[in-house]
Amino acid sequence: MRPVYAVSGGVSKFAKARPDKTFQGLVKEAYDYALADIGIDHPQFLELVDGTIASYFSDHFTRQLMAGIMAHDYLGMSPKPSHRVEGGGATGGICFQEGWKAVASGYMDTCLTFGFEHMSHVETWKGNEFIALASDVSFDYPVGGFYSGYYAMMVTRHMAEFGTTVEQLAHVSVKNHINAYHNPYAQKRQRLTVEDVRSAPMVAWPLTRLDICVMSDGAAAVILCSEEGLAKLEKAAGRRLPRVRVTGIGRGTDAMRMADRPHQSLEDFYKYNALPNEQNDEARAYYKDLWDKGFRYPGVHSFRAGRMASYEAYKNAGITDPLNEIDFVELHDAYTSSEIQTYEDMGLCRYGEGGPFAVSGKTFMPGLDYGLNLPEKPACPVNPSGGLIACGHPVGATGLMQAVFALWQLQGTIEKHFGDPALQVPDARRGAIHSHAGTGTYVTVSILEQEK
Amino acid sequence: MTNKKEFPKRIEDNLEGTIAFSVPFPTGDDLSVLKQMSPIVVKQPYSIDYNYSYGQDSPFFAALANGRFIVSRNPKSGYTYANPRGHDMYTGTENEWVEIKPEGKIHAFTVCHFGSETFLPECPFILILVEFEGCDTLFLARLVGVDPDSANIGWIGKKVKGRFLRNSKLKPTDIYFNLAD
Repeated sequence: MRPVYAVSGGVSKFAKARPDKTFQGLVKEAYDYALADIGIDHPQFLELVDGTIASYFSDHFTRQLMAGIMAHDYLGMSPKPSHRVEGGGATGGICFQEGWKAVASGYMDTCLTFGFEHMSHVETWKGNEFIALASDVSFDYPVGGFYSGYYAMMVTRHMAEFGTTVEQLAHVSVKNHINAYHNPYAQKRQRLTVEDVRSAPMVAWPLTRLDICVMSDGAAAVILCSEEGLAKLEKAAGRRLPRVRVTGIGRGTDAMRMADRPHQSLEDFYKYNALPNEQNDEARAYYKDLWDKGFRYPGVHSFRAGRMASYEAYKNAGITDPLNEIDFVELHDAYTSSEIQTYEDMGLCRYGEGGPFAVSGKTFMPGLDYGLNLPEKPACPVNPSGGLIACGHPVGATGLMQAVFALWQLQGTIEKHFGDPALQVPDARRGAIHSHAGTGTYVTVSILEQEK
Repeated sequence: MTNKKEFPKRIEDNLEGTIAFSVPFPTGDDLSVLKQMSPIVVKQPYSIDYNYSYGQDSPFFAALANGRFIVSRNPKSGYTYANPRGHDMYTGTENEWVEIKPEGKIHAFTVCHFGSETFLPECPFILILVEFEGCDTLFLARLVGVDPDSANIGWIGKKVKGRFLRNSKLKPTDIYFNLAD
């Protein structure tokens, strides 16, 4: 596989409704930003780009089949090769990785990945129905198809297994909303308190409206290049561009009906799922104790797909101690609970420690006032952009939005793009992006690194 | 005097159709103002009746309609899925139907105070994942007869018993659960 560089990106403004633009218009916004940022124009880029990959989740929202080619065509990319990818909430993350594959394999030197969702075409409750159609329509959807309900069941199990509290969940919401306060692309920029989160209307016990991301209209685009592709872009731009390399990708899956997920033994966990930082006597003793108390893996409290995506990505990028070797993570926090579960899947802490880890301070940004009593210093800021909860979740764009924000962190250009330096992670050299679908059916993890 | 019907000068904006009157448009040759125009939003109804087949899972629904509960067991390994599953994910071989008593424990739950459009009239409703003795996987169902406002983590582990709808709708909700005690 050849080295792959993330060279430039753009994000449209995410909003509850963007009736001012069709999906093509939203993609064009993100695309134009990505080109402007490297200082080349569309005719120049057309000479250099080999093809595109389109990302959008739902034909129902778009009310249009083959919308991928329509956006590709609107950008003027025809007759270059393109295809659309779809994988629920992870669609954007999958798109990024398919772009990586196109370049790494030698098929393309320059690949444009773009994604969008136009969710405001329907009311929220109808949107919930469309999203719930991404659960088994024979067995899950008819019982009360509602994704927030599915995730809430996972929360109650996490609470019962580990004693996780709703206040710990609320800390994630406070962190991500306050981070987003400094991100002009975010949909919700609010200074919340734990009390605000808990007193918000209950949606699916114990998750309140402020534990859950909102629906959005938006688009994002990322340009990926081989060394040759990058050299050509630099020639067109007339300057050297910052080197941010995608050093590892990983993807995992699990059963669509979460009821079907296994409850494995400790031996199988260690054989198939344990990360390198869990291969020591202390961790083994910790996990033996969990299993002795009745814990089984992954059950419905953990995302095995997220663990396997991390496992593969870390292996490719040579990461053995994620908390200390990754400078920040942009992860899929469609629910505050998913962020806590994902800390564990990604090995930032051990399974069962996600709740205390969420309130430790380690995942917060340095230098921001959260109004919380955090005992420890930031170690690996999680969702410095504000995540899905605050930025919004236009499904097909989300995973690519994470890639753009991660790219800007690693370029050290957050202030330039946000007009505010508050969210720049100091000395960010390596970041992880994590995209997640359907109660953990598809999960992608990609590692991006600054290269001097 | 004849009662002459008067036509209104202006029809109020609505989202009910595509026949519109008085849509503003510049009268002169200068069309640059169109860049400032507000978007036109129209309503597009969409309705489908699917002829949906339950395929190899059909016996499960036939069982529910007859007040019986069957699960999928692999004859080679004995691994048992509480949900219908034609083939085992580990051996790849065909599963067989086995009847069990729909009695078990709550493994996880939630109370939905909001939901998809279809289920909004039923809010708040309780979803549970049920653990059955002898099954390796869980089963999603509704819990009925419990005050949704009394939700607490102590519900996990409580015994539940399945009951069948008197008039089958050939849906997984043909079985629902009550607390056993």
